Amino acid sequence: MTEFNTTGTSASELIRNSAAQLAEKLAAREVSAVEVTQAHLDRIAAVDGGDRGVHAFLHVNTEEALAVAAEVDTIRAAGGAAAEELHALAGVPIAVKDLIVTIGQPTTAGSKILEGWRSPYDATVVKKLRAAKMPILGKTNLDEFAMGSSTEHSAFGPTRNPWDLDRIPGGSGGGSAAAVAAFEAPLALGTDTGGSIRQPGAVTGTVGVKPTYGGVSRYGAIAMASSLDQIGPVSRTVLDSALLHQVIGGHDPFDSTSLPDPLADLVAAARIGNIEGMKIGIIKELHGEGYQAGVENRFNESLELLKQAGAEIVEVSCPNFKYALGAYYLIMPSEASSNLAKFDGVRYGLRVLPEDAPMTIERVMGATRAAGFGDEVKRRIILGTYALSAGYYDAYYGSAQKVRTLIQRDFEAAFAKADVLVSPTAPTTAFKLGEKLDDPLAMYLNDVATIPANMAGVPGLSLPGGLADEDGLPVGIQLLAPAREDARLYRVGAVLESLLEAKWGGPILASAPSLTELVTSHGGSR
Amino acid sequence: MAAINRDDVAHLARLAHIEMSPDELDRMAGELAVIVDAVKSVSEAAGDDVPATSHPIPLTNIFREDVVGHTFTAEEALSGAPDAHENRFKVPAILDED
Repeated sequence: MTEFNTTGTSASELIRNSAAQLAEKLAAREVSAVEVTQAHLDRIAAVDGGDRGVHAFLHVNTEEALAVAAEVDTIRAAGGAAAEELHALAGVPIAVKDLIVTIGQPTTAGSKILEGWRSPYDATVVKKLRAAKMPILGKTNLDEFAMGSSTEHSAFGPTRNPWDLDRIPGGSGGGSAAAVAAFEAPLALGTDTGGSIRQPGAVTGTVGVKPTYGGVSRYGAIAMASSLDQIGPVSRTVLDSALLHQVIGGHDPFDSTSLPDPLADLVAAARIGNIEGMKIGIIKELHGEGYQAGVENRFNESLELLKQAGAEIVEVSCPNFKYALGAYYLIMPSEASSNLAKFDGVRYGLRVLPEDAPMTIERVMGATRAAGFGDEVKRRIILGTYALSAGYYDAYYGSAQKVRTLIQRDFEAAFAKADVLVSPTAPTTAFKLGEKLDDPLAMYLNDVATIPANMAGVPGLSLPGGLADEDGLPVGIQLLAPAREDARLYRVGAVLESLLEAKWGGPILASAPSLTELVTSHGGSR
Repeated sequence: MAAINRDDVAHLARLAHIEMSPDELDRMAGELAVIVDAVKSVSEAAGDDVPATSHPIPLTNIFREDVVGHTFTAEEALSGAPDAHENRFKVPAILDED
């Protein structure tokens, strides 16, 4: 069982518990859900605001979160059938990426074009959180419409990496990853189109899972690229991600791409604790040249640990992965250009009137989208419009869809030799804020190891593999499994996590800065 | 494959309903040229015999039971609208007055 320094019940100790530990303490009535929720709200107040704060949250949902927690406490205190029927995670608070719509809180997608907008409906995953009575702490920051790898494309300012406040927390789900890494929330929801759950997990020393495409309903996730987008869990431990995945997964008639299959027992998979005889494939194309030395070292160390645990390491080759990034940057913008056409100043969000006549709806749309979208969103819309336009469609979008077939075939061949594949999650550790902001292509390269999974719809998990020697920053290890075999990720991930913790003398996050200097300078300033 | 130029970007921006200043067009054309150059190898990756994949996990004939479910009231649907009139979205003129 993972422990973070201490597992007592004082507020500062409470926030260091994993979700599984909190669930146990709540069930045993050692702590109340209100105490747990308040402890996290206090932590948010202490470290999230101010000029040097983490800025993981765009909105804090204090009142509702405490009301849900109080309801859980009342039910538990009354006992009886209602108390017994409470979900295991009832009272365990969670943060939600602000791409996912929620009744009663703003949903911005990190964009000016939706500033102040409130959804009239809940995403399916949010309904499931409410049914489980998990208090929602608030909405987390992201790159605008989930387009980016650093949160610097958020219209509301970047999130800072809790390991080094001058560095990026990854993206697009940097807010969810940073909230969990900074102990502002034990759990969070993210979305992953090309790595937006896994890459932030890698650079913040947290766990993030992109489920099999269709394994978790996308209903209510504001769409970027519908054939690639997937909602998934963010946490500090592999078991916690399994617990959350179990809450949000399963078939949803409101999402026509939702898989009809019943959800496997992912929590049981995380508790197997044995990988003897499993075949684990190293993808030749996803390490080595282009990967930071410290990343490569930690990756090799993880392979060694997997081998010691009785797994057989095999090498696989996925020769078409070299086209994955290019194909992704044609398919994703193409789908995004279509999905974002609805933000036109008519039905919701911002409306900007042009400065001069004629005042036609077409000019209002042009002015609204010019003012409402940031540079990266505009770049991708233009690129997608280009890739889909007459004369270029076959060469760009059509070719990219064929590459998608080649990538699927590469995965099929690889999974014929291996049960699970392994690679570094990202080629580098967290870079400095601003470092890649003016070089879109350099920013895109962060996703080189995570994109293939989205292209093929297969599940992927990132877990912390230790700290890079050269900069002391977290390195992510990525596990990939065949479609519908998410359980394998939790089985192997949990074993590797426990071996890594034994090697590093505890969870990687235990050595992250305490951020107490923020408490001193900005305490309660939010 | 042809490179993308400033005129292309201006045309695409009109198609996508995004007004762009001359400076923005200059900058965007430069950035997009680099990106398009980086992705062009994709067109040579697969032969004619390779089928396209539009969806990672194909599902067909997805229907739900034909029962009336929740639908938004006009009030809910209009709750985020920039402008509304008599239970409808209100927009400026579609056509220029001239």
